Amino acid sequence: MSAALLFAVFGLTGVGIYLITSRSLSRIILGFVLLGHAAVIALVTAGGPPGEAPIAGRSDDPIANPLPQALALTAIVISFGLTLFMLALAGRQQTLSGSDLVEDDLEDRRLAARAEREAALEELREAALAEEEES
Amino acid sequence: MNLLFALMIVAPLVASASGLLVRGRESARDVATLIGSGTAAAASWVMFGIVASEGTKTVRVGGWDPELGIVLVADRFAALVLPIALAIIFVVEIFAIGQRRTAWGANPELAGPLLGVLTSGVSLAFLTGDLFTLFVAFELILVSSYVLLTHQGQRAQVRSGMSYVVMNLLASTLFLFGLAYVYAATGTVNMALLTERMGDLPEGVRIGIGAWFFVVFGTKAAVFPLFSWLPDSYPTAPTTITAVFAGLLTKIGIYAMIRFHTLMALDDLGGAMLIIAGVTMVIGALGALAQSNVKRILSFHIISQIGYMLMGLGLFSAAGTAGAILFLVHHMPVKTVLFLVGGLIENDQGTGNLDRSGGMASRRPLIAALFAVPALSLAGLPPFSGFIAKFSVISAGIEARATPIVVLALFAGLLTLLSMTKIWLGVFWGSPPDGSDDDDDPPGNRTTMLVATGMAVAGTLAISFFAGALFELSIEAAEELRSATAYREAVLR
Repeated sequence: MSAALLFAVFGLTGVGIYLITSRSLSRIILGFVLLGHAAVIALVTAGGPPGEAPIAGRSDDPIANPLPQALALTAIVISFGLTLFMLALAGRQQTLSGSDLVEDDLEDRRLAARAEREAALEELREAALAEEEES
Repeated sequence: MNLLFALMIVAPLVASASGLLVRGRESARDVATLIGSGTAAAASWVMFGIVASEGTKTVRVGGWDPELGIVLVADRFAALVLPIALAIIFVVEIFAIGQRRTAWGANPELAGPLLGVLTSGVSLAFLTGDLFTLFVAFELILVSSYVLLTHQGQRAQVRSGMSYVVMNLLASTLFLFGLAYVYAATGTVNMALLTERMGDLPEGVRIGIGAWFFVVFGTKAAVFPLFSWLPDSYPTAPTTITAVFAGLLTKIGIYAMIRFHTLMALDDLGGAMLIIAGVTMVIGALGALAQSNVKRILSFHIISQIGYMLMGLGLFSAAGTAGAILFLVHHMPVKTVLFLVGGLIENDQGTGNLDRSGGMASRRPLIAALFAVPALSLAGLPPFSGFIAKFSVISAGIEARATPIVVLALFAGLLTLLSMTKIWLGVFWGSPPDGSDDDDDPPGNRTTMLVATGMAVAGTLAISFFAGALFELSIEAAEELRSATAYREAVLR
């Protein structure tokens, strides 16, 4: 039982992280959904061995630890809300920029523009040098 | 006592709900939000008085045993920091009311109620006695901050908001995994019980959990190399929102770190923390020097200043922790004020870019004065609060014979002064840019904005005025945290 859950956590985490590293927002959101599931399963597994439903006086068998289940439920609700918010944000991004790809941040764009400028200058300089040598 | 705790957490939520109900009616909405955060702030000041004289107070929510239920704990550390945080939110809300008619104002129908949710989360984060409630409080703060950051739906906001959401959501997911580890290893998430049980764990597990939570809280606090989301997202939000974020959000990460790592006595992580602290300070200050927009310069300074607090924590001595606490107390109002002044500059000049503004010192001497006080304080010049905070952190470093980090701290202080000079030169000196008209009145209610900023500046001056008493309180709070017995007894008794 526990081993299966453990591998489920591994698998979900791996796929989740792979998806988060991509540039498309919808994939990133899916990645977070999977990662959230992995975390919730880890939380439930942390509660110890499985057992009967935790209602007192129902049976004599050992019952499951209810506390991590309560924690897991809270976490599920939170991640559900956040998924919706991210989807809304991705939708807004789609209408504003026409794609759901993550855009470069300000510094990145500045650096890229600077590199282009310098490369252009370098070319001009080399061309000028070559002309001088010819003449 | 129960009532005080409830007021701090529930009053802003109730105010936020009623603010949404009457959202069409401007004055009713403003009164609702101001009453909510004002009540919470007043309750926190009363609590500060009680805790400072009588010691730690606790409330078991619903009367449950700490093993199962939620415990709210107001020890000296929480009681010292929370009143300042709530007072900041109150002042910013006044500023927001003055600013809302301008292009830089947040949408007032949403901003007030959302700030209420944020306030409630802040109270909960400072007061909670267990890690899972801390997670929920973080989410409460973050969800409202996501919406506050992006609610205007402009392109820059959506773009940087996305990276902000992704980074913070990743940290939250890691937080959940961390909770699973802690629960699996110890069978509890209550911090008072953890102080006992963490000691019994094998060395490696203990340090592993400590390092894991260092990454989680470090992302929220924007330490090197996890700060990339901060300088990109903060400047795009409306000024009032950025001011609250700058003053509070990263600081809650540092607060959680100081509380968790000191209570759990994770001294083994001290070396790594000091290295990261040094890099954070210098990179933040260098990044600030390279910018040419007031809000972006100030955003990079947040990162640099986080380094100082981390340094105080990383020393793992009573003096170091006290220094970190004092730095936290000084930094929250000072940073907020600087962003509020940044908002005043934008409002007046029509831009926050250094090369497109100038000459404000002669035209708006009051704004210049309001900027000069917190700027000098941030750079750590006496007699302002920054000097006292930096002095206590650095003297703790010298005491612990951590020379390299002390040198780095002094160097970063110099860089901070340099970039403050840069803002001063660009905005306040020189001649006004061409085409600007001296006579046109800037939009928004300037008196309200100036009064709010003035109140906050007075607050920072009060901190340097009461520095002696505050330092003693910080020392007491630090010793209480470091021994952990007092905390444990207060919660489990």
